[in-house]
Amino acid sequence: MKLTFKGGIHPYEGKELTMDKDVIEYLPKGDVVYPLSQHIGKPAKAIVKKGDHVLAGDLIAEADGFVSANIHASVSGIVKVIEPRLTSSGSKVESIVIENDGLYESKEFVPNDKKISEFSKEEIIGAIKDAGIVGMGGAGFPTHVKLSPKEPDKIDRIIVNASECEPYLTSDYRRIMDEADKVIDGLKIVLSLFPGSKGIIGIEDNKPKAIALLKEKLADDPDITVNKLKTKYPEGAERQLIYANTGRYINSKMLPADAGCIVHNVDTVYAISEAVREGKPLMDRLVTVTGDAIENPVNIKVKLGTSYKELVEAAEGFKEDPAKIIAGGPMMGKAIYTLDLPATKSSSAILCMTKDEVTEYESSACIRCGRCVSVCPGRVMPNMLSDLAEAGAIDEFVANNGMECCECGCCSYVCPAKRHLTQTIAGTRKLVLANKKK
Amino acid sequence: MDINSILIAAAVVGVVGILAGILLGVASEAFKVKVDETEIKVREALPGNNCGACGFPGCDGLAAAIAKGEAKPSSCPVGGEPVAKVIAEIVGGDADVEKMVANVRCKGDCNKAKEAYEYVGPKDCRIAANSPGGGPKGCSYGCLGFGSCVKVCPFDAIHIEDGIAVVDKDKCKACEACVAVCPRHIIEIVPYEAGAIVECNSRDGGKEVKQVCQVGCIGCGMCQRNCPADAIHVEGKLAKVDYAKCIGCGTCKEKCPVKIIS
Repeated sequence: MKLTFKGGIHPYEGKELTMDKDVIEYLPKGDVVYPLSQHIGKPAKAIVKKGDHVLAGDLIAEADGFVSANIHASVSGIVKVIEPRLTSSGSKVESIVIENDGLYESKEFVPNDKKISEFSKEEIIGAIKDAGIVGMGGAGFPTHVKLSPKEPDKIDRIIVNASECEPYLTSDYRRIMDEADKVIDGLKIVLSLFPGSKGIIGIEDNKPKAIALLKEKLADDPDITVNKLKTKYPEGAERQLIYANTGRYINSKMLPADAGCIVHNVDTVYAISEAVREGKPLMDRLVTVTGDAIENPVNIKVKLGTSYKELVEAAEGFKEDPAKIIAGGPMMGKAIYTLDLPATKSSSAILCMTKDEVTEYESSACIRCGRCVSVCPGRVMPNMLSDLAEAGAIDEFVANNGMECCECGCCSYVCPAKRHLTQTIAGTRKLVLANKKK
Repeated sequence: MDINSILIAAAVVGVVGILAGILLGVASEAFKVKVDETEIKVREALPGNNCGACGFPGCDGLAAAIAKGEAKPSSCPVGGEPVAKVIAEIVGGDADVEKMVANVRCKGDCNKAKEAYEYVGPKDCRIAANSPGGGPKGCSYGCLGFGSCVKVCPFDAIHIEDGIAVVDKDKCKACEACVAVCPRHIIEIVPYEAGAIVECNSRDGGKEVKQVCQVGCIGCGMCQRNCPADAIHVEGKLAKVDYAKCIGCGTCKEKCPVKIIS
């Protein structure tokens, strides 16, 4: 039996557009923008001021508090201004703007040749914290916080999320194909922090080459297994991934650590390897620029802070006028209305489509078919939750487990009445969370 | 069938009926709930909307509170002065009420304010406020115009006109239902006869405001400098009126370069 979870959908994959193309490296030409909040938690504190000269790799903003992350310059240049700039979330965030001098001068990084066993825990977590690494799958949770659970002895599974279940995205796949050694090394470094824990690389079975490559490299390693998962969305959602790989179930009130698991994205473990071994801070990431409106869909190695506009140009621009541009994948990404946005630590893709299928349909009344219930991986009833949300019945919404929704979008995808289920539920969840904070 | 069995059945039922009747009669006297006469009278004087604007659980709750002296006779914002007078006659006390109304602090309608993008989704401000930029409106402080306030208004006193919510001042009873539901917090309760109202909620600077709206407060401070009663102040790039001090002279309306004070 294939490893998987209950529910989920199988949308058009769209991965063939970029899957087998070589990654191109792009150096930004224009200004580079670093939002101070690219992670979950407190925004970083800028430590440079207007007019300062910085080199690539220089710390420009430091973590303000424990749940926060450092930010480093990715190019050399002069700090032009620190002001609120639009980010892909749609809101304005205080950002450091660096005028790129086009020289790409870099600070010198000090590599560390020690064996994994010779590193102390503090050294590893310190290196990760200094490098400003955050979860690069999308949520942007600071990695050093994830690696410092309350009860470290309980952790017995480190899962690398290589399932990449979002359609169109192939950056994690390319990372494995090109840099499998570093990905495995990153996982080994994390495993060394939790003695006795086992590593799991969870990967969907639509990537047979990557599975074969990892299995070959890990043939003699008893501590790491490569788990072939059923190709299904949202296989890579944290809770579903943990269930598929370990059979353990967590709900919205728990953290993966409560089930003895820590989950990392492929790009995150790669960044951990680079930080610990080579002393390199997080300065670049892979971004999939794809969609049928793009001339040459491709994965790009991007310096953080590069504008989306330049990235689209790097993919040879638009073939046709795009009707919809999404920051991230089509299921969970956010539609954007301008390309004047910077690539951040959690920017996984820019998806440009010639057809906007969502606006073409009018949503109509629920016909009680129950499809949304059958595909919901969170095991809630989206039809009922969206009714409660529309009626503003917040308490009932919570009582009916509205908070268990992971906003994956499966319900909206299957709804024959084209109801905006995910959007309604997600909006109400945010209201509930905001009310809790008060 | 024997006639006797019918008679016996009728007699049994009859006797049980009489016994139950006596029991109920005794019980109703023995367990009588004492009712405050004043409370009933006050309850009859109240409008009976059960809107909760007074802060008590419906009209019954308020009636009890007024009868006990825990609330003022003028506590019902819906009834206003006429109701307050009637209640004041019943329980005694002051019937003075200042009529208040809700006001939407935005005049950036479809023609005057820009939209940042086309929004597709549920037509509900609370949901739309979670889309990128807090909604499709270019100004992140202005009225979204999906009418969440219209849906909650129990008095049909607020409507969407040209993409923004507009309050019908005569119908509005200041129950604050709209104030509570608005995700952008742009509805405030103001005196019915307020001398000056700032019709903008944007805390952005002048340049940003001008980019997205023709009728936004640019925080220039002209009103503050010219007010003879020190009743209007620019706080965080937005003018704010102190209604207690405002004398309604109209100087600020005249001096405002963007004409957003009404």
